[in-house]
Amino acid sequence: MLTFQILANGLVLGGLYACIASGFSLVWGVLNVINILHGSFIVLGGYLAFYAHAELGVHPFLSILIAAPLFYAAGYALQGALINRMIAAPVLLTLSLTFGLDLMLQNGMLLAFTADFRKLILDPPLGVLALGPVVIPVDRLAAMLLALALTGLLYLLLSRSRIGRAVVAVRMDREAAALMGVSVKRINAVTFGLGAMMAGASGPLLATIYPISPLAGTVYLGKAFVICVLGGLGSVPGAMVGGIALGIVESFGALWFGPEHATTLSFLLLIVVLLVRPTGLLGRKGYE
Amino acid sequence: MKQGVLTGLALLAILCALPLGVDSYWLRLGTTMLMYGVLAMSWNFIGGMAGYPSFASAAFFGLGAYAGAVAQKFGLSMFIAWSLAGVVAAMFAAALGFALLRLRGHYFAIASLVVAEVLREIVNSATDLTGGGKGLNLPVPQMASIDDQARFFYYAMLGVAVLAFSAVFATQRSRLGFGLRCIRQNESAADMLGVNVTLYKVNAFILSGVFVGIAGAVYASWVHYIEPPDVFDVLYSVKAIVMVLLGGAGTLYGPLVGAVLFLSLEELVWRNYISVHTGMLGLLIVLLVLFLPKGILAFRPGRA
Amino acid sequence: MSALLQLSGVSRHFGGLKAVSGVDLSVERGEVIGLIGPNGAGKTTLVNLITGVHPATTGKVSFAGKDVTRQKPWQAARRGIARTFQIVQPFPEMTVLENVAAAALFAGGMAYGAHAESAALEHLRFVGLADVAATRAATLTLAMRKRLELAKGLAMNPQLLLLDEVNAGLNSSEIDHALTLIRAIAARGVTILIIEHLMKVVLNLCSRIVVLHHGELIASGDPQSIVRDARVVQAYLGRRYADASG
Ligand SMILES: Nc1ncnc2c1ncn2[C@@H]1O[C@H](COP(=O)(O)OP(=O)(O)O)[C@@H](O)[C@H]1O
Ligand SMILES: [Mg+2]
Repeated sequence: MLTFQILANGLVLGGLYACIASGFSLVWGVLNVINILHGSFIVLGGYLAFYAHAELGVHPFLSILIAAPLFYAAGYALQGALINRMIAAPVLLTLSLTFGLDLMLQNGMLLAFTADFRKLILDPPLGVLALGPVVIPVDRLAAMLLALALTGLLYLLLSRSRIGRAVVAVRMDREAAALMGVSVKRINAVTFGLGAMMAGASGPLLATIYPISPLAGTVYLGKAFVICVLGGLGSVPGAMVGGIALGIVESFGALWFGPEHATTLSFLLLIVVLLVRPTGLLGRKGYE
Repeated sequence: MKQGVLTGLALLAILCALPLGVDSYWLRLGTTMLMYGVLAMSWNFIGGMAGYPSFASAAFFGLGAYAGAVAQKFGLSMFIAWSLAGVVAAMFAAALGFALLRLRGHYFAIASLVVAEVLREIVNSATDLTGGGKGLNLPVPQMASIDDQARFFYYAMLGVAVLAFSAVFATQRSRLGFGLRCIRQNESAADMLGVNVTLYKVNAFILSGVFVGIAGAVYASWVHYIEPPDVFDVLYSVKAIVMVLLGGAGTLYGPLVGAVLFLSLEELVWRNYISVHTGMLGLLIVLLVLFLPKGILAFRPGRA
Repeated sequence: MSALLQLSGVSRHFGGLKAVSGVDLSVERGEVIGLIGPNGAGKTTLVNLITGVHPATTGKVSFAGKDVTRQKPWQAARRGIARTFQIVQPFPEMTVLENVAAAALFAGGMAYGAHAESAALEHLRFVGLADVAATRAATLTLAMRKRLELAKGLAMNPQLLLLDEVNAGLNSSEIDHALTLIRAIAARGVTILIIEHLMKVVLNLCSRIVVLHHGELIASGDPQSIVRDARVVQAYLGRRYADASG
């Protein structure tokens, strides 16, 4: 019975993780850029929800609608202005660039929001859902379902829309896409915008569950790494599978080894998977 | 060659004379500069010469610090503890290198980044040995005055820096250095020309770990007290990279120049704008990547 | 005396694709042997199997009487198996001299330092690149890069030299120059296996030709009998291999 409860916890976590990782994976897979900012974007989205809730009484789930376009625009602009200049540079330089930007953003958030932990408390609370012996808090369940819905939307966008298909085409073969008349530069910016959008939109969801602090992004970033390695790069289903796998591993890991070791465990998993399958569990011929 | 030796000796003479007649503030700064120099020169082996974007410096530093501290807790003398820290870091680097250096690009970068996090958690959990999150106190060496102590650690760090520098110097003039240059430019071609690439990369990784491990142990003794988030700080890895980028990767003096420049900037910001310290570091990195990706020495004809 | 290189039932699969299957081949010391076959026949893969770039899926590779099926590329290089690349691979930021010195140093058994460099210069003179010894390899023309590949191969002090389309992309006077070089190398007693699209070159150089098609060795014999072999003609049917660009 306990097993089912842990499994349910894992699935709920996994849905959220899929949402966190899908944008990160897209950027990595299409642009071959690791966006270290991704974790801080999530946190910033969380702050947006927190203040919209505290000051204006906006329900955090609704602030997704504010966060998504804002972050898309910010990501698009950032890519166009800075990151595009380094897109073909060695790994070390692109990684350092987003790392430097992330340090700036973290410092900015520290100044703007102080280091205090904020907790977004839903009012009224949504209670719990009992399915036989398995108990799930409704707010978590709702956040998870919304996260899956967002991830699904991204999937639809990539597979159905014209611009989404252009993104996929660039991921498959940059040169061929350029020859076919796709503006690769623009698609790069769109991709980064979409990645930022997914981060910003998952922020409010996570804020209803975890406390927010300026430096919390590192943890989310770490999880996004692990998920990409588990699920392979650049595909939404990969992020989905990787996210759910990580959620379940973490839940059982917390049970067996104690919750304080969940992150270590997932990092060990990451190293082991990389050693066995250097391009990720589901990865085909991957980007380096 | 001869000129290089002379430059090196002159530099050494200046560094030896530096502590005479300065106050403890400057001594602290000098010791930190040497420590940064060790970090940068060491990263240069794996990042600059072999071209692998390693973020493992923090792991070696923390491991060395804890190895030295734990050894002294068990009653070993300070110098033996420091040497032991070097051995532990080297062995760890060898094992890690065999495993991780098969990865390329981002995957290698991330795996190496994660190592420090894992080590930190392990040290955090091994409470009996390491004191866990409460940290570990180290014995304070018996000396006449605080200034003597500061001077002692300055010279200790200088010793580590000289070791690291000699290793860079020797490597650049050896088969190993030549092989690493081949690997950086085209690894599979190097392989097919007879370079034992795995062995060479692992050697570079060991060299990038051993002096950092010793420096970590010296640092631990210097500050008398360490805790996991302090010595396993990812910023050690990042700073090492920034300093090398600043000074020029793969060169002999570049990392040292980078260390001096970086520390000056850091100190300037620390003293005047402490609340935006990390943000300024970030800005420095961004500007560096965008405008000086080859380092400032690259502007000179005839790189050192 | 046993063969220098002996392949027995060597296969290499990539997923479902049999790039090389069941190849038996023995190369005697001092031979100059031509390996031909249409594009995608598996010629480069065969070279990769001999040099340890890909491990064989099945079969055995022996070199100088020793089983080397599981060797790494660097081990092959040190044993005396040198190769040139179809797509040339210099170290772009090193000088031409350093490129060749690297080969002399790591595979040719030279000591580090002036020794390797003077040996390298010797090889550069031989291929006619001494004038550009101090320039960066990245700045060379294609024809020069192909010659640099040859110089690197020689500096490795090989017993067996595998030449993978060294003439592809060269004009006819450049090819004539290359032919002279290859003949001079053979005259030094180096065993050569040459992959080539140009029949003129193969007929000119080789005492024996083997033909690969869909990964299988379909014919082997002296040049005259090969060009008359019906299976070979069929493998090439419709292809104007005589001036294929590679
Ligand atoms: N590393 C590889 N992975 C997958 N397929 C490969 C690889 N190398 C070669 N192939 C395939 O094996 C076949 C033979 O290729 P190759 O040996 O390059 O032919 P050739 O040199 O005769 O033109 C081709 O179909 C090619 O696509
Ligand atoms: Mg070929």
